[in-house]
Formats: sequence, structure tokens, C-alpha cells
Amino acid sequence: MNDKITIKNLNFYYGEKHALKNINLPIKEKEITALIGPSGCGKTTFLRCLNRMHDLYPGNRYEGEILFDGRNILEKGLDLIKLRSKVGMVFQKPTPFPMSIYDNITFGLKLMGVKNKGELSSKVEKALKDSAIWDETKDRLHDSALSLSGGQQQRLCIARAIAVEPEVILMDEPCSALDPVATAKIEDLMTDIKKSYTVVIVTHNMQQAARVSEYTGFFMMGEVVEFDNTQKIFTAPTNKLTEDYITGRFG
Amino acid sequence: MQVFDRHKSYKIGDALFKGIAYFFALSVIVLMALIFIVLLKESWLSIKTFGFKFLYSTAWDPVSGDFGALPAIFGTIVSSLIAIIIALPISLGIAIFLTEMAPKWLKGPIGTAIELLASIPSIIYGMWGLFILAPLLSEYVEPYIIDYLGFIPIFRGAPMGIGMLPAAFILAIMIIPFISSVARDIFRMVPPILKESGYGVGATKWEVISKVVIPYTKSGIIGAVILGLGRALGETMAVTFLIGNSHDISIALLDPATSISATLANEFTEAVEDIYLSSLIELGLILFVITFIVLGLAKILINRFSYTGRR
Repeated sequence: MNDKITIKNLNFYYGEKHALKNINLPIKEKEITALIGPSGCGKTTFLRCLNRMHDLYPGNRYEGEILFDGRNILEKGLDLIKLRSKVGMVFQKPTPFPMSIYDNITFGLKLMGVKNKGELSSKVEKALKDSAIWDETKDRLHDSALSLSGGQQQRLCIARAIAVEPEVILMDEPCSALDPVATAKIEDLMTDIKKSYTVVIVTHNMQQAARVSEYTGFFMMGEVVEFDNTQKIFTAPTNKLTEDYITGRFG
Repeated sequence: MQVFDRHKSYKIGDALFKGIAYFFALSVIVLMALIFIVLLKESWLSIKTFGFKFLYSTAWDPVSGDFGALPAIFGTIVSSLIAIIIALPISLGIAIFLTEMAPKWLKGPIGTAIELLASIPSIIYGMWGLFILAPLLSEYVEPYIIDYLGFIPIFRGAPMGIGMLPAAFILAIMIIPFISSVARDIFRMVPPILKESGYGVGATKWEVISKVVIPYTKSGIIGAVILGLGRALGETMAVTFLIGNSHDISIALLDPATSISATLANEFTEAVEDIYLSSLIELGLILFVITFIVLGLAKILINRFSYTGRR
């Protein structure tokens, strides 16, 4: 598989704090890459570099290169709006916008200039079907998105992210606020959407990483300790720290 | 045995404390009820004499003792509404700037300046309005309003610098600090990840603010506006200086008008006849009720402001 994103010597600073140190990683196209590690190890910070979400807050600084299809997305003057429409994101908690289910999905589409009603409707249907939430919402598309359950809201957020047809989807602990049934549904969904999208997921749940991902990166103290095939990481890690972490000796 | 005694004295202390706290808390309600009762009692003569007619009569004749509240009610509500119309966009702009755009070093000074604006006594606003604002308006602003917008009836009147519009203008300046600081606090409550979700699908700052932040905070903003309205309704000194104190209802906003509180401030010392005094107190009662309703409405709307996005 090709590398969709290649990270070269990435350093990231929150003001003075050196949060990511010399990260080198490949993100494989149309596969799921899981990022694991103890709290505060930098995995979420790293994820948020990939769509430059850190730019929203002052005092943050990147060094190094993140090559997205060969182009460095850290370069000055990059169109962040365009980047973020190519790199979608799903958060720890469901974040439906305070509007109808339908409007949540068309939000991004309308921003991209899709105006045709028929086209919008068919894209809403496709996004909801791809996110396995169509059957539950098809009769109530114009109800408030806030009336859905937590698990449904999170699938709606995934639908909202894939509606704009990004190339990469970032997921920051997408199941941390969900019960096991809803979690299982999201995991099924992830394996479905990787056919069309490159997925990077941050998770605290080791079993989840093992179940859904092809590649796993283990982060600690702002560094990548080990990166390899998920199977290799979980069965024969080369680094002692990785082994200690996945066997639950710390973290 | 000693332990038991200690326990007992604790119980008494607790009960005493509870009783005192209850007393203080309830005294607020009692005080309000008393104010209402006194207002009602003192205005009884006027209520009995004029009945409901008081609410819609435009008469204000101290000599023959014929009074009606409509001009004052009209002036109070219209000046406050115009003030809100002027203040709301400015306040939202300030609040959005402070929460979403201002660099850190600017947030503090602007926030403090707004709070200071709120702490200036209203008599100072009134004097500033009368001696600085009114001459400026009558010389440089109102003649042009009349010339260019005079085809709309509300923009007619005499360019005197005092009247409904100048009063509303000074009211707007006075309520901007309230609306903008409440709006700022409400905007701060928007979860960062909700905004990030907006940016995450490729929205610009403006799109996130107008399509995510404002809808999310809508009822809170309405609450902030009504709080500002409640304040504008009762504002006395600055309005008294600038509204012109005329008991006529005029559609032209440049004409002088009056408000309930301005009428009270101006005429209380002159009211020697019982019916005159009683009518003024009934005006006060009406203001009390209007403000009560408006603030109650604000409370309801602010409480309704909640986001049921589940955790």
C-alpha cells in the first residue's frame, strides 16, 4: 500500500512546551492506523497536526514535514479550509451541530458550494448509509440531531465527516463516550469505511486497536516508540516499553 | 456522655444557622411583596378614579387632575427597543471579537474597559448626553437624518438634539456593557470541540460563528438581550436628561417624548394633589410590572439555554 501521509522529523510545540519530538511515521492509504499510548503521550496532539487544528489557538508551532500525497501541509500560506475538507475529523464526544440531522450532513456540502437540492439529498442518503445510520434516521431527517442517542450522534458525526468526501478521516477516541454496543457499531463502521478512506484513530482501548487496525504506532512522552503492523506490535513487539504497555504493566 | 452533648449543641447550631439563612432568603421575597403592596395601596386612588382608561389615555393634565399613562409607557418601551436595536449588533460584535479573535494582550484591556463602562453612574451619562452628545446630534447628525431619511415618518421632527432617538442612543451605550459581557460568557460556554467540528469540515471562522456558535447560543443571547432590555426600561437619569419630557406620542423619533421613570423623576416634587401623586405611583407600579415580566421572561429563556448533545 502507498503512503497517504508521510511524517518526517515532526516537532510540535505548545508555546515553550515541546510536545512532539522527532516523529517519523507513514500513514498507509486506505488502511486504519491506530495510535496508542498512555495519557498525555502526544497521540492526540499528533492527530491534530494532520489537519492543522492547532492553528486555531495562538502560540503553537510546528517543525519538520507532513507530506500529504507528497505535498508538505505545514508550509506557510497553505489553504487550511481546503486541507480540512480533505482531512475530516471525529472527536471524543459526539458534536452534532444544533440543527436537524439533514442540515448537519449538508453543512459541509453547502460550504463546498453544493446547492442543487437533489444532489444534496442523494449525498445525505449516501453518507448516512455509509455510516450505518440511515435506517434509524430516514424517517426523521428533519428532527433535531440532538434528539439522537449518543451512539447515533457519533455515527452522525462520522456521516458528516464523510459527506464531504475527504481522503483521510481522523478519529480521536471516537468511542470513549459510548457504551459497548454503540462501540461495536462504530468499529464495524470503521472497517467498512476504510475501503474508501484512510483512517487514523487514537484510542485508549488496546483491544480496539488490535481489532480494527492494520498498523499501530505506540507513543510515549511525545515520541514514537514503535510503529509496525498491528499484529506484530501486539504479538512480538521489539521494544520493551511497548511490551510493558500492551501487557498492561503501566499506562 | 460528653460526645453526646457535643452532638446536641451541633444540632442546635445547625438549626439556628438554617433558620437565619432561611430568614434572610425569605426577606427578599417579603420585601418585594411589600413594595408591590405599597405601590398598589398608594396608587389605589388613581386606579379607582381612572380604571383601565389610565393605561390607554394620553391625557396628562395636572391642573384639571386628568392623567393617562400611555405616552410614558410608549416612550419607555420604544426608547428601550430602539436602544436594543442599536446595542445588539455592537454587543455581539464585541463579544465575538473577545472570545474568538482578540489576541491575548487585547482581551484584558477591552474586557476591563467594558466593565468600567458599566460602572459609570447614569447621571454622568446624562450630563455627557446633554452637554456633548445633544449639541453634536443637533448640529451634525439630525439635520442630515431629516434631509435624507425624512421621507420615512419616523425620521422626522425638530433637530434639537434631545428627544426619543438621542435618549435611545444614550441607553444603547449604557446597555452595551451588559449585553456584551453576558454574551461573552455565553460564547465562552460553547464547547471547543463543537467549533472544531465546524472547522473540521472546512468552515471559515465566519461560518463557524454564524452557523454553529450563534445557533448554539441563541436562547442565551435572547436572554442577554432581555436583561439589557430590563435595564433600559428602568433607566432614569440619563433618559430624563435627553428624552425631552413631553407627554405627547409622536411617531417622529427626533421629537421629544417621555418615559415612566423620566416622568417620575421630573414631577414627583411638583405633585402636591393626591390624585397627581397617586397617578405617578401608578406609573411606578406599571414599570414594576413591565420589568418583572421582562426579567421573568429572560430567566425562562436563559434556563432553556442548554445543549442536549450527549456525553
